[in-house]
Amino acid sequence: MNASWMAARAGVRRGWIELKHTFTTPSDLVTLLIFTGILLGVMLWTRNTTVPGTHFSLGTAMLASMLGMTVGFNGLATLGSILTVEREDGTLLRAKATPNGMTGYLIGKVVTVSGTILISVVATLITGALLFSGLAVGSASTWLTLIPVVLLGLLATLPIGAVLGSLFPSARSAGLLTLAIGGLAAISGIFYPITHLPHWLQWVGQTFPLYWLGLGTRSALLPANLASVEVGHSWRHLATFGVLSAWAVAGLLAAPILLRWVARRESGSSVAARREKVLRQAAG
Amino acid sequence: MSVLNWSGVLSPSAAWHAPEEPAENLVLDVRDLRMRYGRTDVLSGVSFGARRGEVLALLGPNGAGKTTTIEILEGFRMRSSGQVSVLGTDPARGGEAWRARIGVVLQSWRDHGKWRVRELLAHLGSYYAPYAASGMPRPWDVDELIATVGLTEQAGQRVRRLSGGQRRRLDVAIGIVGRPELLFLDEPTAGFDPEARREFHDLVHRLADREEATILLTTHDLDEAEKLADRILILAAGRIIADGSADELSRLMSTQAEVRWSRDGQRFVHSADEPTRFVRELFRQYGESVEDLEVRRASLEDTYMALVRQAESEGSGSGLGGGDAIRKFTVVAG
Repeated sequence: MNASWMAARAGVRRGWIELKHTFTTPSDLVTLLIFTGILLGVMLWTRNTTVPGTHFSLGTAMLASMLGMTVGFNGLATLGSILTVEREDGTLLRAKATPNGMTGYLIGKVVTVSGTILISVVATLITGALLFSGLAVGSASTWLTLIPVVLLGLLATLPIGAVLGSLFPSARSAGLLTLAIGGLAAISGIFYPITHLPHWLQWVGQTFPLYWLGLGTRSALLPANLASVEVGHSWRHLATFGVLSAWAVAGLLAAPILLRWVARRESGSSVAARREKVLRQAAG
Repeated sequence: MSVLNWSGVLSPSAAWHAPEEPAENLVLDVRDLRMRYGRTDVLSGVSFGARRGEVLALLGPNGAGKTTTIEILEGFRMRSSGQVSVLGTDPARGGEAWRARIGVVLQSWRDHGKWRVRELLAHLGSYYAPYAASGMPRPWDVDELIATVGLTEQAGQRVRRLSGGQRRRLDVAIGIVGRPELLFLDEPTAGFDPEARREFHDLVHRLADREEATILLTTHDLDEAEKLADRILILAAGRIIADGSADELSRLMSTQAEVRWSRDGQRFVHSADEPTRFVRELFRQYGESVEDLEVRRASLEDTYMALVRQAESEGSGSGLGGGDAIRKFTVVAG
């Protein structure tokens, strides 16, 4: 067996171990649950409000959107901020000091983040099916749409997340990234139909993968007539596939270049310098 | 004029010369290494080498270029110019197989806090398995390694719950998990209590003797350098200003020794150019009444301070030929 293959397997093992850590570390679990909990609370609260122009529960529609957002938000923000944090604490340098360590590290991260996303999606889906009515969880076509959308969503967002993580200089500034993606969610038709936004904002929203992920999961889980509130009164499957694929290709092309650039700059003194900066900021 | 070179042999110039021995025994070979950031020269012509199994201590004031030198050798930083060979390979082009033969222990790791000690060592060790060779089993057996660095009781503990000293020992364990042929240690015992320090010193000796690992360590602790290193390199103002064993370096500077004694309850101190002769004369004159005799050569610390101070003052002066400075300091007269 050659060394790269061994490193890939070590990466999968690494991802699995870190996934276990996430689900056995109380603080991580609480963060995960609070995020999902607040959103579920909002949905329950709006359960009896209807999607404008329909008799369908806004809460249920939001829940369907939220599955897409979970994929997009975590793919972009979680991976990005993990990269900045682990650049600061020396994890990346450790990977660099290990033979084939960067391969293992990246595969591990993809496994951990995708695993967390998939678990969150499934948990939200189960909760949703129990608490909300109107989700088409029973039909085969739901799953035939949902699974490809989620997988393509991971491909479209994880590499871009890695790119963003490479560009932000510190974990602190990566907080802005989370904030920015939160803002993006507001104009991506996750919580309210995008057609109610000003035209130019609709265009902005539709540029990013978050909108298309939400549209994709809504199309999988909501009744066909709900498409009437979407842009063009359609689920636009072809466009969804096209835009998400474009983001995936862009990300997969850019991520290796930027990650190599980031890795090349890692050294003992750069880690030490960042640490001192963090300590100074904390003190001042 | 002659100069003490890397192997402690007198050689006619300040430059480091290729040793007369098989190349496979040469683990480090650095010639005229230069590093320049903008208009500042951090390294201005560093040359030294190391043989297999040798322990080298790199000393020098902060900002002298120790970290830069080590990072270039580790392959983490590009150099401006000069020839560098680490395990027979240019570190700027070292691949993964080369990487597998090197261990790195830095000062500021805080990584993998959620991992458990044993879990982390087993995981990182697994990357080295494809690079095992006959007579060089890789990685190190995890439990044996944990016992070696004295973390058996903490094997199941999360890394972030370790004390500072334990964390440091884990860093060393990770650094050697792949049985490196060359190990870089950056201030390995900073923050250790005396017992942990002693244990760590034993570990370094074991690595160098039993595993034939070559070790390059930086430290500010001259006592540690003296205990651990076969050879001491002093880096100041961007160049190696001295290279030799602790003993050789002490002799280098000490033209005088301090002689202390007491007679009739009175204490005396005298600085003697030729202490042996002085003491002989002392006994001839006072015989039995001389008590508490002590003869002390300049300590490594004295030597170090003198060398660094002189190098820095020359370095900051006008272009008064750095080469001359090297020659002056590394000359051994007879």
